[in-house]
Formats: sequence, C-alpha cells, structure tokens
Amino acid sequence: MISRPHGGRLVNRVLASKRRERILEEVDEFERLNIDQGRAFDAENIAYGVYSPLEGFMLEEEFLSVLDDMRLPNDLPWTIPIVLDIDEKTAARIEPGDDVMLYYEDIPVAVLHVEEIYVYDKERFARCVFKTTDLAHPGVAKVFSMGKYLIGGRVDLINDPPNPFERYTLRPVETRVLFRERGWKTVVGFQTRNVPHLGHEYLQKSALVFVDGLFINPVIGRKKRGDFRDDVILSAYEVLLRNYYPRESAVLSIVRYEMRYAGPREAIHHAIMRKNFGCTHFIVGRDHAGVGNYYGPYEAQEIFKEFPDLGITPLFFREFFYCRKCGAIVNERVCPHDESFRLRFSGTKIREMIRSGKTPPPEFMRPEVAEAIFQFENPFVE
Amino acid sequence: MNEEKQRRKYTTVSIPVSLYERIKDLIKDTGFKSVSDYVTYVLREIVAMHEAERSSEPFTEEDVERIKQKLKALGYL
Ligand SMILES: [Zn+2]
Repeated sequence: MISRPHGGRLVNRVLASKRRERILEEVDEFERLNIDQGRAFDAENIAYGVYSPLEGFMLEEEFLSVLDDMRLPNDLPWTIPIVLDIDEKTAARIEPGDDVMLYYEDIPVAVLHVEEIYVYDKERFARCVFKTTDLAHPGVAKVFSMGKYLIGGRVDLINDPPNPFERYTLRPVETRVLFRERGWKTVVGFQTRNVPHLGHEYLQKSALVFVDGLFINPVIGRKKRGDFRDDVILSAYEVLLRNYYPRESAVLSIVRYEMRYAGPREAIHHAIMRKNFGCTHFIVGRDHAGVGNYYGPYEAQEIFKEFPDLGITPLFFREFFYCRKCGAIVNERVCPHDESFRLRFSGTKIREMIRSGKTPPPEFMRPEVAEAIFQFENPFVE
Repeated sequence: MNEEKQRRKYTTVSIPVSLYERIKDLIKDTGFKSVSDYVTYVLREIVAMHEAERSSEPFTEEDVERIKQKLKALGYL
C-alpha cells in the first residue's frame, strides 16, 4: 500500500467532459480574471490532487492558520499559503458567490467559485513564511508585488495550462497506479530544479538502498536568468537514468510549480506534494528550497521535528563531495580527510564550466550527462 | 503576536495527575515547553499512524486500466 494522500483523500477537481463543455459554451458570460503562471500551476495542482486536501485557493481562516500554526484549521500540517491575489479595481467588480473564469495566456484554465475576498498583511505573510521581510528575497519580493486582496474559493479545472512536457507529466492518481504496478511498497521522492551531478546521484542512490523505488520529480516553472532550461534538465536526467539506474527502480516525471524559496517551510510543502504522488519517503539535503543566506544549511531538516503527523518520512543527508583520498563520493559522516582532499559539488562552478564550453570532470558529472547538455546550443534561461 | 497565537482554539482533556507529573519530569530540558505541547505532539503522531491504516486507494479498477494504458504508451510500464 502506497502512502495515504494528505488528509486521507486525493482531491479531483478536473471538470468532467459534459460539465466542461457546458461551461465552455458560456465562457464569455463569466467575469474574467487573468492569472500568472504560478497561480495557473497552483490551480492545476489543486485540481489533480497534488495539493490534497486543498480544493481551492485559501480562505482567510486557512491562510491565517497556515501563517501562525503551520497547519490548516483541521490540524493537518500545511506550511505554504496557496492564495490568489487581486487588485482593488478587480475586487470592486467581484463578490462572494460569483463564479469567475481564471485565464492564463488567454486560455480559460479554471472556474473559481468565489467564497471570500479579504485583505491581508503582507509583512506578516513574509515574516511568517520566509522569516524575513527583505525585498532582496525573491519570495518576499513576490508577496510585496501582489494585489491588495486575496480571493478564496474552490476551483474546477477546465484546461491544463499549456504544457510542453506532456510526455513527462504524471498526475498523483497515475503515479500511485504506477508505483503499485511496479510492486513498490516504499518510494522515496526527490525534488530538483537542476541538472544532475554526482552529488545528486549519490544522494538518490543512498536513499534507494533502503526503499523499493525512486521518484525523481523535477520542478518545472519560472526560472531565474542563467538557470538551466527545463528541457535541458529533463534531457540530462533521461540520459543519467538510461545509463546509471536500474530501469525498474526509478521513475522520472515532472511537477509544475513556482518555487517560493521559503527554505524550511517549503521543504515541508515539497514533502506533502510528494506524499500525494504516493511517496513514503522524501529526501531533504543541504539548504533545501533555500536562497541566499536566509536559512541555515540544515534548517530545512530541523523543521520536520515539528510534524510527527506529516505522514511521509524525511530522509536527511549531509552534503556529498568527492574525496581524492577516499577516491569516492562521500560525506562528512564517512570521510575523515580534511578539506584539501575534498572537491565540493557546486552548481555555480558546473554552470560556469558549461558556459565556457568545458566538460566538467567525471568526478563531478557523468560524461553522458555533460554530452546531453552540450547538445543544446544554449542550455541556459535567457 | 499574542493576539495572533490566540486565534487557535483549545479544549481540555483529563489525564491522571500522576501521568501529568511523569510527563512534566520527562520533558525537562527537552524542546517541549509544556505537558500540553508534549501530549499534542504524541497524539498527533499516533493519530496520524492510525489514520494511515484506514486508507483506501483513490481509484476504481476501471481507472486503473485506463491509467495503465497511458503508462504503457509513455514507456513507464
Ligand atoms: Zn576522504
């Protein structure tokens, strides 16, 4: 039996074809609300149960409860507000009880059944979720750029937001069937937003020693300039899996989601999403979901102590590195040698090498992976 | 901050005073600030465990067949 969905029931708010057709016929009669990519992905994740038990954008009680207690009003762990903001002008033309059509890139994505429109305190939002109000933090900047009101209510998905990676997209109900068919009783989830180097591979394989299956689940979504492109990350993982993983013990599929960079709180959220995909375990490494120096390197591991009822088991790892004396990839738990022997995996260093056309050394990255990256004329986000 | 914290509602359950004293002793020099904190922690852990035992698959056999076809077409199975 695969892990139980968060809250006990996998949410499904994808409209069945008949109702969907009827709504699409009347689409022009709905009040229209344009949403950004991150909110479109949130609506998608709500509808397919990635955010179970959420059925919509949060109401005020849920929002405040998440800020203050890191739990939903029904006591379930939940650390990241899933909210939809609107400006004053929009708030003036919408009322509780209305059905609003959410558009992303001119496509009607979902119907929002408006239950509540409320004002909120951005500073408190930032302080609680990001532990800082520094506008240099991308998550804080995002909150302060949001509209004055939040609009809450259930959503019904009409269309998936445009998806260039359909082939790599599995929904929680599908991964659950997949894990079951493969006979996996225990599955460890791995969150990533980068091309794999050997540090990632050892992290995954160390976990895989103890469980039946590995679920590699890259986050696809808005990226910063200079990050690896999504298609590059997927192509690199394909090659890595084909060459270095037993076919029957690993699965690669994506989740579309906008990173919040909320460090410890976001690590819990990432774990909940993977629990809904059917994982029983979740890998938490160094500086999970962090940015800059806002969080301690292992703070995202410590926060799990506060959630004995999370329903997914975190696996904590210290940072891996290559030790020339050991002649292996190790971490400080197993290698006694000093820093002069150690080659640290650095995403920045790898990006620099690739940008200047140099192949990273084999202690850093599998040659096949490097080759796959070099197949792209420009592997980076412009 | 206080006002924020008090939004959460609490209720009282009774435990034997002897058990209360035992817990009070146990949580000295730990991260638990009070017996209530400890009891809440332990209960959440146990309740979640029991809830997990009562789980059921979120799909019908019909869903499973359709999904298996898709997974095969994509090379996952
Ligand atoms: Zn060593």
